[in-house]
This record gives sequence, structure tokens and C-alpha cells, in this order.
Amino acid sequence: MNVRTYAEYQANNETPEILFWVGCAGSFDQRAQKVTKAFVDILNHVGIQFAILGKEEMCTGDPARRAGNEFLFQMMAYNNIQTMNLYQVKKIVTTCPHCFNTLKNEYPELGGNYEVVSHAVYLQQLMNEGKLKIKEDNEFKGTKITYHDSCYLGRANGVFEAPREVLQSLDAELIEMKRCKTNGMCCGAGGAQMFKEEEEGETRVNWERTAEALETGAKVIASNCPFCLTMLTDGVKNKEKEEEVQVLDIAEMIARGIPKG
Amino acid sequence: MQLVQQILFVLISSVAIFLFIKKISEIRRNILLGKEADCSDNSGQRWRNLMLNAFGQKKMFKNPLVAALHFFVYAGFIIINIEILEIILDGITGHHRLFSPVLGSLYSILIGCFEVLAFTVLIACVIFLARRNIVKVKRLNKGELLGGWPRSDANYILTFEIVLMSLFLIMNACDLNLQQLHSAHYVQTDAFWISQHIAPMFNGMSETTLMFIERFCWWAHIIGIFVFMNYLPYSKHLHVILAFPNAYYAKLEAKGKMSNMKDIQNEVLYMMQPELAPTDTDPNAVMKFGARDVTDLSWKNLMDAYSCTECGRCSASCPANETGKKLSPRKIMMDTRDRLEEVGKNINLNREFKDNGKTLLHDYVTVEELRACTTCNACVEACPVSISPLDIILQLRRNLVMEESNAPQEWNQMFGNIENNMAPWKFSPDDRDAWVNAG
Repeated sequence: MNVRTYAEYQANNETPEILFWVGCAGSFDQRAQKVTKAFVDILNHVGIQFAILGKEEMCTGDPARRAGNEFLFQMMAYNNIQTMNLYQVKKIVTTCPHCFNTLKNEYPELGGNYEVVSHAVYLQQLMNEGKLKIKEDNEFKGTKITYHDSCYLGRANGVFEAPREVLQSLDAELIEMKRCKTNGMCCGAGGAQMFKEEEEGETRVNWERTAEALETGAKVIASNCPFCLTMLTDGVKNKEKEEEVQVLDIAEMIARGIPKG
Repeated sequence: MQLVQQILFVLISSVAIFLFIKKISEIRRNILLGKEADCSDNSGQRWRNLMLNAFGQKKMFKNPLVAALHFFVYAGFIIINIEILEIILDGITGHHRLFSPVLGSLYSILIGCFEVLAFTVLIACVIFLARRNIVKVKRLNKGELLGGWPRSDANYILTFEIVLMSLFLIMNACDLNLQQLHSAHYVQTDAFWISQHIAPMFNGMSETTLMFIERFCWWAHIIGIFVFMNYLPYSKHLHVILAFPNAYYAKLEAKGKMSNMKDIQNEVLYMMQPELAPTDTDPNAVMKFGARDVTDLSWKNLMDAYSCTECGRCSASCPANETGKKLSPRKIMMDTRDRLEEVGKNINLNREFKDNGKTLLHDYVTVEELRACTTCNACVEACPVSISPLDIILQLRRNLVMEESNAPQEWNQMFGNIENNMAPWKFSPDDRDAWVNAG
């Protein structure tokens, strides 16, 4: 896999076009790693000069901040900004909407000013520029797909159309859930819930949301967030539908739709 | 007799206005107990938000039928105030229908319009009462709205409006009858659009009876309005005023952005780069992190609390609330207002705030509620009057974690992992790029 770090670029006196911010889930979570690799496949296919921070990347601090631990957040932000400013990073693309939100909205006032783009928007741009083309006979052609808006790309940052347009390119049948876009329902993982047991209630948030997704009759639940991916996959398993319904990130779907090699 | 009425009117209206201003200043003082927050940038966008979200009630239109009904009540409320201007001037000067000779035939059309509005307000309020008490719309019959004051408050408001509108229409109907009897003092006008259909109910009554009913309605209507005005500041109905500044001062940045804590940012900076640390700091200065009580919140958070109309759109869209968790964003807002009122009363009594052993955190909002929030912003999105319950939740969480070290064990582990491994899970930072070469 053709992946180079910022340090490697610098050692060769080169500058990459973009920094691909992998994020903790994308780096360590086995399921999210597949999304990372799919996105790398797309970048390599298009021929973008991209770099990762590799071992120098740290958690953005998002879960710590939202749990209430501002000290820890500020520590992580300080270190990440130091690293990125040292490399004179200009543009960041990330596959995690939580990282996206923090990098885009919360780092600037701490001294980290970069152009931050979510992978959904980046893929849309590549398609609009004609750099990324999907095979006509891709496996999702005509498949019923429902798209789940992550809170941090959707409501938090108002990105609703780009991921949908990206999915349209697969020539699939896109069906909306009862609640979508600004009314979209959370998967239950945000605000550091991912890292703790749910509070006591009648049911689980991810079960509730998955039920809505399954109601559409879709064969694929498309998501744009590694946490949503986990929550919805668990939800589908809970409903014993994992044989019939896949939960995939939009990057994985697009990667499957481009010619191999 | 006429003069006595005029004096009485001036007296009643003065007292009503005095009491209203007194209570409103008290609320203003309470709101200003909050911390400073700069919400004055980009006034163009802010005015746009005010026009769209407050005047235009944009968020309400997610449900067009309810929005239309609410819009009638609201338009009625504003436009009928023009009629109230005449009523007040009549009351002071002792005239009857002061504007009628000035406006000529236009007058009857104008009153006709007011009557149509009054009638739609009346119908809408009846429907709203039914939605609350008969149809039992879920969000209006849930959790913190199940009983007691909040529920009565809503019903009082609707009943009050129905009574006021009925008085207005009956008054006009009697007036029309009196005009037919050519009663002195009752200026001749064209028939009013709605009340002409009510007028036949009063046919055959003597002039004295009609005058009594007409005067009774007139007085009851205007006194009712004064009472209602003074009821506002104690009620959820205060949103009719505060929705406007609240829309103006609402956050303009991306919803996902959390407020920065400059003190902690600096603290970390000085730790990393000690050479930047100022030397003249007060070593005894106590830093307080997050919000424990209402006075730790910003004035905007506190204005939010007074603006809340308890409609429950926030809680209906909250994923935690929907799945049976204790968290309800509406309750967060109601708790904030209740606690702020308590603090306000405490100040009225003691001239300054005397600790009564209570705080917003724990005594009003429990840890379990705060822990259930997914920060999904659904509540913020749903609120028709630009309130952010999330902002309050996050500030209370900050206090819990940083002042009390009160976090679930899993979160403490997550903190530890981030601190030691730079990731929320227990993986070695050396393996962060291991995916590149794996399988």
C-alpha cells in the first residue's frame, strides 16, 4: 500500500497536496481500518500526493472535550497543532466527522488554521472535477441504499448533500429514512458515549436508529463515520439482519466502484 | 361617573405597567447574573436570524399545520394590539371608538379584520387545548410536563386567550345592538364581520342590559389584558418577548463547535512553554471550571431559560430521551429557569445571594441526565426559539469532570488512554500506522 508520512515527504524535500487525517478509529479499530484503506485506495487511484502523520498523529481530543475534560483536550490540541504547524500543513482531509469537526471548528482559535475537508466533500469534489469515475457496472447499481447522517457532519456542520451526491454516482436507489438530514437521528455514539455503557433506558439508541434504517428495506446502510459504523453494525446484528444488510462507509462503496489496479 | 371611570382606568393601567416593568427588570437582573458572552458580531446575520426565526417562525414550519395555527395566534396577538391602543385611549379620554370618526368607513373594515383574527385566535386556542388535553400529543404530556405548574400554565394561557377574544367579540356584538337602538355615546359604524353574527343573540335586550354587558366586556377585556401582561413574566408565555432577542443573540458558528476555555488553553500553553507564563499572576486566584450553578452559565444560557416555552420539540427529538433515558433537554431549560428564579428570590430577600446549599448541578440536574447526552445537536436544531440546551449540558459536564473528578470508570480509562497512548483505546502509539502494512 502506497502510504507515506509527512516526515518522509519532508526528507525528500517534497510537499504533499493533502494531509490525510486517519484518526484513532481509522488507525486502530479493525472495522474502521478497512475504511481507511478504502480511502487510501481511492487517493492512490486518483493519484493524489497525500501524507499521513503516522506515529505523530494523536487523538484530536474530541471525546475528552465532550466528556468534560478540557485539560486533556487542550493538551492534545496543543501537540497536534505543533506537529501540523511544523510541517506547514495547509489542507486536511479526514474520514472521521468527529476529527473533522474538531480540526475545522475548534483548532483555529488555538492556533491551528487549515483548510479541513471531510472525505464526503472531498470525494464529491474529485467527482465533479472528473478525476474520480465510477464503473458503470459497479456492484451497487440498482441496490437499495439508505444514508445515515452522522451528527457531526450533518447537523453540526451542515454537510447533507455531498455524501448523497457521492452515493448517487453508484447509480443506486437511494431511499431516505423517516428522519434524515437536519432531523436525522443520532446513532448513540457521540459526546463520548462510544467509550461508555449507555445510561439506563427502555432501549438502545443504536437499536432504535437501526430499526429506522431497516424499515426502508435498504440492503446497504451507508455511513460516513467510524462510530456510526460500529453502532449501526451492532444494531443490524441485534436485529439478526447481518446476512442481508451491510453497513458500509461511503469510501468503501466508492472504492468498490472504481476499476482495480 | 364618566370621570370616575377615567381615573379608575388610568390608575389600573399605571399599576399594571409599574408591576410589569418591575418584574421585567428583575428578570433582566437575573439574566445578567450570568457570565459575559460576546454575541454581538456579524449583526447582519443576527438580524436575518431574528427576522426568519422569531418574526417568521421558520422552525415551526417543520409541522405546517401547527405552524399555521401558531402563526394566527401570534399575528392576532401583535395586530390586535393596535385595537388595544384605541381601547386605552378611549379609557383615558372617556371617548367611545375614538378612531371611528377619523377613519370613516375604513374603521369598520379594520375592526372587521381584528375580529377575524380574534376568531382565528379563539379557534386555534381551542385546538391547542384539545391537542394538550384530549388528543394528548406525546411531547405535551411527557416527563416534566405531566402535571403541576407547567401543565396548568399552558392551559391557563390558552383559556385566558379564549376568554379575552370572546369578551372582545361579545363587546362588539352588544355595541352593534346599541347602535341599532341609537343609544347615545355609541358611534354608528358599519356592521363588523364576525360580531354581526353574534349580535342576534342579544336582540330584544334593554338598552341598560346591553350597556351593562358591553361595559362589563370592555372592562373585563382590558383588565384581562393587564393581568395577562403581568402573568407573562411568571409563565412560559414570556417567549412572546424573549424569542426575539434570543434569536438575535443565538450562536452563529457551526453547531458542532464547543466553546473554548481560554484559562485552560493558557494553562496548557504555560506548561508546555514555561517561558511564556506571566510572572505577575496571583497565586491565590481560584480557577473554576465549567458550571455548577446558574451564575456560572453565560447570560445567553440564562436568557435561553427564560425564553423556553416548554413545547418539548427538543426532548421529542433527543435520542436519549426517546429511548427512555432520564435526560430531557426541556427539563434542563426548566431547571435552569427554576433555579435562577430561586436565586433571584434569594437576592430579593437578602439583597445579595446567600448560599442556600443548593446548586443547579445535583439539586436540579442529576449526573445521570448529563451522562446520557450524545451531543447530537438535535435539541438545538429543533428549538423554535433558538435555545441551546446542549451548551448548558456541556458546561455542567465540565464541572463534573474537572471540579469533582466525577466520571464513569470507562471515561477515566478513556482519559488515561488518550493521555498515555494518544488514542481513546489501549493501543500502543507505535502501532498507529500499523494498518499500512497489515493484511
